[in-house]
Amino acid sequence: MRSSDKLFYYLLKTLAWGVVGLLAAMVLVVLWMSWEALGHFGLRFFVDASWDSWREEFGALAFIYGTLVTSFIAVLLAVPVSLAVALYLNELAPPWIARPLGFFVEMLAAIPSIVYGLWGLFVLAPFLRDHVQPLLATYLGFLPFFQGPQMGVGLLGAGVILAIMIIPTIASISREVFKSVPESLREAALGLGATRWEMLRIAVLRVALSGVMGAVVLGLGRALGETMAVTMLIGNRPQIVWSLFESGQTMASILANQYAEADSSLHLSALTAVGLALFVVSLVINSLARWIIWRMQRVV
Amino acid sequence: MELIAVKNLSAWFGEFQALKNISLVAERHEVVALIGPSGCGKSTFVRCLNRLHEEVPGGHLQGEVWLDGQNIYAPGVDPVNVRRGVGMVFQKPNPFPGMSIFENVSVGLRLAGISKRAVLAEKVEQALRQAVLWDEVKDVLKRPGTSLSGGQQQRLCIARALAVEPPVILMDEPTSALDPISTAKIEELIQELKERVTVVIVTHNMQQAARISDRTAFFLLGELVEYGKTDQVFTQPQDERTERYITGRFG
Ligand SMILES: Nc1ncnc2c1ncn2[C@@H]1O[C@H](COP(=O)(O)OP(=O)(O)OP(=O)(O)O)[C@@H](O)[C@H]1O
Ligand SMILES: [Mg+2]
Repeated sequence: MRSSDKLFYYLLKTLAWGVVGLLAAMVLVVLWMSWEALGHFGLRFFVDASWDSWREEFGALAFIYGTLVTSFIAVLLAVPVSLAVALYLNELAPPWIARPLGFFVEMLAAIPSIVYGLWGLFVLAPFLRDHVQPLLATYLGFLPFFQGPQMGVGLLGAGVILAIMIIPTIASISREVFKSVPESLREAALGLGATRWEMLRIAVLRVALSGVMGAVVLGLGRALGETMAVTMLIGNRPQIVWSLFESGQTMASILANQYAEADSSLHLSALTAVGLALFVVSLVINSLARWIIWRMQRVV
Repeated sequence: MELIAVKNLSAWFGEFQALKNISLVAERHEVVALIGPSGCGKSTFVRCLNRLHEEVPGGHLQGEVWLDGQNIYAPGVDPVNVRRGVGMVFQKPNPFPGMSIFENVSVGLRLAGISKRAVLAEKVEQALRQAVLWDEVKDVLKRPGTSLSGGQQQRLCIARALAVEPPVILMDEPTSALDPISTAKIEELIQELKERVTVVIVTHNMQQAARISDRTAFFLLGELVEYGKTDQVFTQPQDERTERYITGRFG
């Protein structure tokens, strides 16, 4: 190798390893900082739902619950909408509609989280309170999920704002995936006498399934860690309740709420341990989804 | 009455005219071979017979195509219904990824509303036997269709088109990816199919056209130069360009 090439090679190598090193350092620091809480409470920390800074009783279960519930609502609502958007823009809409509309959907991803939060607080939450929650309570009120006080803010509100926030992610990745389906497959389906919808089902959706799973995972990943908008809409009360109308707290929102004002070192360490748990949950869910995709690709 | 009657068909891709005023008729139980140099419009013509041409961005056409007494381009005709009655084998094998061999062959039947497992199994076996693929895949029907070799995939696509037993079958160079033995078997199949259906086949292989077809159409630059009984086209072509093409002296 020439010496200038060599220099370049080592520079890139250093940078690449540097990023890995940075990640490792972060994990180590988080581990080290949460050690006090983890040592104090042990694994009970993750299955205990109490969070009391006066009595210094800390457990993360309520936040884990809040994160999982809001992310689940978000994915449940966002997936059908995102797929509909992606299919419409890619397969049905004429280009002069698809291009500007696609641009707007992408722009949803560029809106800062805090703006979503404000909009959620002043528009979405009152709308949910006045129109959606009464309907849900009337028709689905026999389910434990739709009982209790109708305040707008809460698990449902946070889930809905998350859904809106992850739609651009899932929709744009799905569009990429659909675009990669060869035209010849669409023609094969049409040639067999498939209607447009049947063609989408057998030649596009089915083929793109594992890729769409990837898009959903990315959306889920974003929902799990999303902080600002959720903090503004979730009501900030750590509790494990069936009702989606109730307030809650997620792992990300408790950090945003309390990190600045944690006064005891145990409190601070407990918060860091929540951060660690968030990291681990993201890792587990992403690995699980990757495993699903890997299995699916083996079958295809 | 003739099964296929094309009247003054012209087709475009945007501004570019790919077919110029084509007219031809084919009877029931005939094999029609389309020959001509690359880019002369054979595939385009075939795709006008099942209304696939209009699915290409910019694809549009003029003229009439009558299939079994119906003008398929008359207003109000649903292209989906037209395509149900016309099987198509494409130039490149295109089995559905994510579907097993069995599912690939049965997909047309399912679209037609057949869901009884036993019926599907029987028709799938019949179609795979006709396409000369049964012996190779009978034990691995659950494997993905895309795991087969290129030639096997093409035969799978032939089976897929045959499974619904359409009265008209369009084949765009179905044997160009096949070995001589499979090719011979497919040619045999086409002879058998003739008993029941009309086959329109595109081929670059003159011997194949001469062997299997009853009529031959010679296309050149989007025009139908010559159309007639195959023996006549090959022994006494009316047009000098046809003669030059089939004798391989085309410059
Ligand atoms: N999607 C398309 N857009 C624009 N022009 C096209 C398109 N498909 C085909 N054409 C043009 O139309 C003409 C006819 O093409 P066609 O595919 O029918 O030829 P062909 O006779 O089937 O050739 P080959 O033997 O190579 O398959 C060609 O000049 C080609 O360039
Ligand atoms: Mg062609």
